[in-house]
Amino acid sequence: MSTAPTHAPTMTSLPLAERLKPWLPVALVPVLMLLGFLAIPSSSSWLTLTLAGLAMGMMIFVIASGMTLVFGLMDVINFGHGAFISFGAFVGTSVLLALGSWTGAPSLMLNLLAIAAAVLAAMAVTGALGLGFERVIVRPVYGSHLKQILVTMGGLIVAEQMIFVLWGGHEIVIARPETLKGAITFAGAALEKYRLLAVGVGLVVFLSMRAVLRRTKLGLIVRAGVENPEMVQALGYDITRVFVGVFIAGSALAGLGGVMWALYQEVITVHMGNEIMILVFIVVIIGGLGSVEGCFIGALTVGLVQNYTAFLEPKLALVSNIALMVAILMWRPMGMVPVVKAK
Amino acid sequence: MLTLISGDRPQSRILGALLLLVLLALAFAPFLFPGSRSLETAARICIFIVLVASYDLLLGYGGIVSFAHTMFFGMGAYGVGIALDRLGTGWGAMGLGALAGMALAGAVALVIALLSLRVRAIFFAMITLAIASAVAVLVSQLSGLTGGEDGMNLRIPRELTPAFRFEVLGLTVTGKILNYYLVFLGCLVLFLTMLRLVNSPFGRVLLAIRENAFRAEAIGYRVVAYRAAATTLSAVIAAAAGALFAVWLRYVGPSTVLGMEIMMDILLIVVIGGMGTMYGAVVGTAIFVLAQNYLKTLMGGLAEATAGLPLVPDLLNPDRWLLWLGVLFILSVYFFPTGIVGRLRGAR
Repeated sequence: MSTAPTHAPTMTSLPLAERLKPWLPVALVPVLMLLGFLAIPSSSSWLTLTLAGLAMGMMIFVIASGMTLVFGLMDVINFGHGAFISFGAFVGTSVLLALGSWTGAPSLMLNLLAIAAAVLAAMAVTGALGLGFERVIVRPVYGSHLKQILVTMGGLIVAEQMIFVLWGGHEIVIARPETLKGAITFAGAALEKYRLLAVGVGLVVFLSMRAVLRRTKLGLIVRAGVENPEMVQALGYDITRVFVGVFIAGSALAGLGGVMWALYQEVITVHMGNEIMILVFIVVIIGGLGSVEGCFIGALTVGLVQNYTAFLEPKLALVSNIALMVAILMWRPMGMVPVVKAK
Repeated sequence: MLTLISGDRPQSRILGALLLLVLLALAFAPFLFPGSRSLETAARICIFIVLVASYDLLLGYGGIVSFAHTMFFGMGAYGVGIALDRLGTGWGAMGLGALAGMALAGAVALVIALLSLRVRAIFFAMITLAIASAVAVLVSQLSGLTGGEDGMNLRIPRELTPAFRFEVLGLTVTGKILNYYLVFLGCLVLFLTMLRLVNSPFGRVLLAIRENAFRAEAIGYRVVAYRAAATTLSAVIAAAAGALFAVWLRYVGPSTVLGMEIMMDILLIVVIGGMGTMYGAVVGTAIFVLAQNYLKTLMGGLAEATAGLPLVPDLLNPDRWLLWLGVLFILSVYFFPTGIVGRLRGAR
């Protein structure tokens, strides 16, 4: 009988640099802000641009978060997500226009109530739309990416055409509510009130989404489902129902993002959803498909880069995002916060 | 004859007859359907057949979804446009521009493919969508080079313009007709080349990868290399089609070669015609162009007939024909993923 091999496990922890590695992307946003501060000559315009970038990033995050979760959970890629943005914007705008007396009044309370009503209506409609989309369009093509892309693209065409049918396809101008117009001055920089609100809403969505995912049982099932759906199903949870719920929530969030974007741009068109989707795809890819945290960091990065370059070198604004995407994919091919799949 | 179509028989009498009909109609279009409007349609069908077939090489044979196909199409068109603008009118400039556009398209496609396909095939769809729209914006901003939103009018060699006339066997032939035959023959050669390509061992490997990438890799084929090659080839052919389109129209502009609408049209035609068949591009394009003309008329009539009802006339408005095509598209992905050609072959 041979003796047991000597076994001396090392209990030392990894070197600091190794342990910090997964956290590097978190540093990206502050580093970017610092770089912007160094590159932009006046600090007051830096502050304005940073707020604009954060507001834009938050709105993109609200839209993209649902899509990335849907992908993480069921491996479903929804190219028709842009339709929910447009529908949300049109429904929300219609409500806001109908509540003209509330939005026109110089009372913050009434203004916020009008926005809340618009947001709720938009989220209800896009949520219902999401349910229909999932049932009719996505359900029959689980497991085949190729068919998913084709079919959801077809769904997008049909949904866009329906907006033409229902609203006539002209661009609609929508003014911001009375008390959210204009800007407040802080440290010599003009900060638009609406952007502050957008950042606030985005933060609330992110924090509550994180709380649900980390603290509740439902969140646990969702997170487990992202890692290993078969095992979750084997343990007796109906993953398809959870998935439908996530799909509806994601669609509703896209509707919310649509309303926010409409008030941000103050004009809506049928194709706005598609235009935003380009940024959403970039965000989802660089964040790591399926990761909410990665999506948040990616969205803020894209928003900041877009606004800084638009100020420093206007012609490069759109190309800068492509360059950012290429750079990040070379650094981390699976995105900044890769999702670990137990497969 | 069989070697010409690389042994890829239509495998269905109806399909064979349809293909022959389209071929003959296009070959004699200037004499069968006089008038500049129908010649315009015939040339457009030729070019779209090649464009759609090159997309089919990617989607139907490679199993890769790209949204940048119009970008490559545009690169060929703008290659010719910029060369004619900068180097002056001449055959040399035209050829050089076309080759430069094709080379650029191939290089860009290769870079995108290596960057995204290495990671995940679905990245490709999203990345191409983002890049294509950025390029479209860039083209309209760089107005010094590309003419911006207005595009550029091209001065092509005189032999290809309507002003040039000569007599053959008692028939007056204009430069416009010569130009049409340049387009027709160019497209025919490109189409036959693709047919050769998909029926070669290379095409078989692509099909194997589409069916089961994992197994193909296990047998020993470099999946990434094959997919990248398919992407590059398809981009180069799309650019060649774009160059022909620019010469035919004597104009390049963002809306005629780069628009997202064209990309959607290509996608609809490929799926409705039949993915992975090549002939689907021919049948699909012919039906699509006819539908574009006649479906609108039919819908206009129906909309008038239902004018009293709520919502229905809006749904049947001729401008909403894309709505019904979208529905048809979804249904065809579900119920006959091999499209019209697959149906015809199945019913043999």
